[in-house]
Amino acid sequence: MLADKDRIFTNLYGHQSPGIDAAMKRGDWDDTKGLIGKGRDWIINEMKESGLRGRGGAGFPTGLKWSFMPKESDGRPSYLVVNADEGEPGTCKDRDLMRHDPHKLIEGCLIAGFAMNAVAAYIYIRGEFYREAQALERAIEEAYAKGFLGDNACGTGYKFDVYVHMGAGAYICGEETALIESLEGKKGQPRLKPPFPANVGVWGCPTTVNNVESIAVAPTILRRGAAWFAGLGRPNNTGTKVFCISGHVNNPCNVEEEMGISLKELIEKHAGGVRGGWDNLLAVIPGGSSVPVLPKDICDTVLMDFDSLRDVQSGLGTAAVIVMDKSTDIVKAIARLSEFYKHESCGQCTPCREGTGWMWRVMERLVTGEADKSEIDMLLEVTKQVEGHTICALGDAAAWPIQGLMRHFRHEVEARIDSYHAKAAE
Amino acid sequence: MTETTGFSWTPENEAAAQKHIAKYPEGRQQSAVMPLLDIAQRQNGGHLTIEIMEYIADYLDMAPIKVQEVATFYTMYNHKPMGKHHVQVCGTTPCWLRGSDDIIAACKSKLGIGMGETTADGQFTLSEVECAGACVNAPVVAINDDYYEDLTADSISNILDDLAAGKEVKPGPQVDRQTSAPVGGATTLKDFISEGEGA
Repeated sequence: MLADKDRIFTNLYGHQSPGIDAAMKRGDWDDTKGLIGKGRDWIINEMKESGLRGRGGAGFPTGLKWSFMPKESDGRPSYLVVNADEGEPGTCKDRDLMRHDPHKLIEGCLIAGFAMNAVAAYIYIRGEFYREAQALERAIEEAYAKGFLGDNACGTGYKFDVYVHMGAGAYICGEETALIESLEGKKGQPRLKPPFPANVGVWGCPTTVNNVESIAVAPTILRRGAAWFAGLGRPNNTGTKVFCISGHVNNPCNVEEEMGISLKELIEKHAGGVRGGWDNLLAVIPGGSSVPVLPKDICDTVLMDFDSLRDVQSGLGTAAVIVMDKSTDIVKAIARLSEFYKHESCGQCTPCREGTGWMWRVMERLVTGEADKSEIDMLLEVTKQVEGHTICALGDAAAWPIQGLMRHFRHEVEARIDSYHAKAAE
Repeated sequence: MTETTGFSWTPENEAAAQKHIAKYPEGRQQSAVMPLLDIAQRQNGGHLTIEIMEYIADYLDMAPIKVQEVATFYTMYNHKPMGKHHVQVCGTTPCWLRGSDDIIAACKSKLGIGMGETTADGQFTLSEVECAGACVNAPVVAINDDYYEDLTADSISNILDDLAAGKEVKPGPQVDRQTSAPVGGATTLKDFISEGEGA
């Protein structure tokens, strides 16, 4: 188990004040000027060496992403945009980081912003997180009052501003180009790439979009050194991660743990175990609703990191662990996710707009069993027609849970169809 | 058609609107359309009208249709009168696993209305929302700007009773628990627990 001395978010639960004085006692804003004084190349290199992979789901190397930003301005300003549109079902970590440890994020904005030569950071927070946005605004005001942000941020001579921008209820705005559209005051519909945001992002300017956690861990990584972070976890899957453990466990919770911890240890050490004991486990969705579900036999041994979960045809995603015990109607659990994606499809691409509704309606019939077995393969075929055929990954995210269900629980779906027809014949 | 409101900012909201516009580069005032719609909706008691959207379009120098596109794309903008308390029950899988069906049934029964409806006295509107993003504190209900967490049918019924009676209600977990830490106490960071300093 990770030692407390290696935990980054020491106020994860809000036992202490989120205010700037308490945050400074916990180590935030400690010689930020010195870190910035080491220069852009040093910061980006340390981030690369740390092995940090983006914490928003895709796992793209953070330092590499920062290095894509133009080193010299061609006259256009550059921007950092922080994705705080947390809404992947199962995920609720950024909420805690923002309401309880906001100064880690704000200091991270300055350092990351400096490293990519940005003039400002916009933190795009989902509209429902009204109290969390207020907490962020308070913390930003505190940072300005101390001279940590503004015309001469931390006495470095670098001018940097941080702003909060609130969404208004749209999961799709967690997709980076939809988020940029929304920040420009438009419907949140994803853009075709290329051009990539590092070339043409918000207001036509170079932009990097990073998850809250990716930015908030940066100051600690730079202070303690890339080698410290890289020494935690496993190669290519380094560092610590905030996990969200929900569903059928005795004590659902958020917790920061080492990457590569086993799923079983994570659940038993921190969440009080599966309701009714480990043997009462049916399945786990290990990384938020978009990643395929895993049956118990895989959960027995799987490790919680990007590569281990990819190897079992699932994913770490946002590290949101949704636990389902044997009382769960697994078909209904996945059908509810299909309903979610149908609701959240932005409507721009036909395969997703039509496909999410179609998949949900078939899933609803599979819940009752009022279907023909041939429809299972037809449904899988449709998931393949949606996957990879849309501008953004929402179509993929709608397809994968159904594919995971059929990969591991097809027998359950078939049994339900049999049972329905047997009853109908009576 | 909606009624003519003769909408214009209150002085406080005008100042708030200007503060939002100032966050964005010169000429990019359209970026402020979402916060301004939110402020306007609050000023108007919980919903938007065509007149308000046209007012904001004029205020931000946008085509009215562009404002309407935004106002109809995002779920938090309402286009009909809302109850004083907007009860938003999360029904997505993590909440469903923890009993959101019971919470929905309790709300319907207590308020005597269905989803999307408002009580005759104008006190409550009931909605089902997609993932609220507080899954380790499921089941969750958002009422206006606050989250009520770790609910049971009884605790949400009591909250609705208290709101109806005009009483103060306490947001956050409705069981003995520090935010997202496990019930029974944190398994980590025990040295960082300082009594009385909690958020």
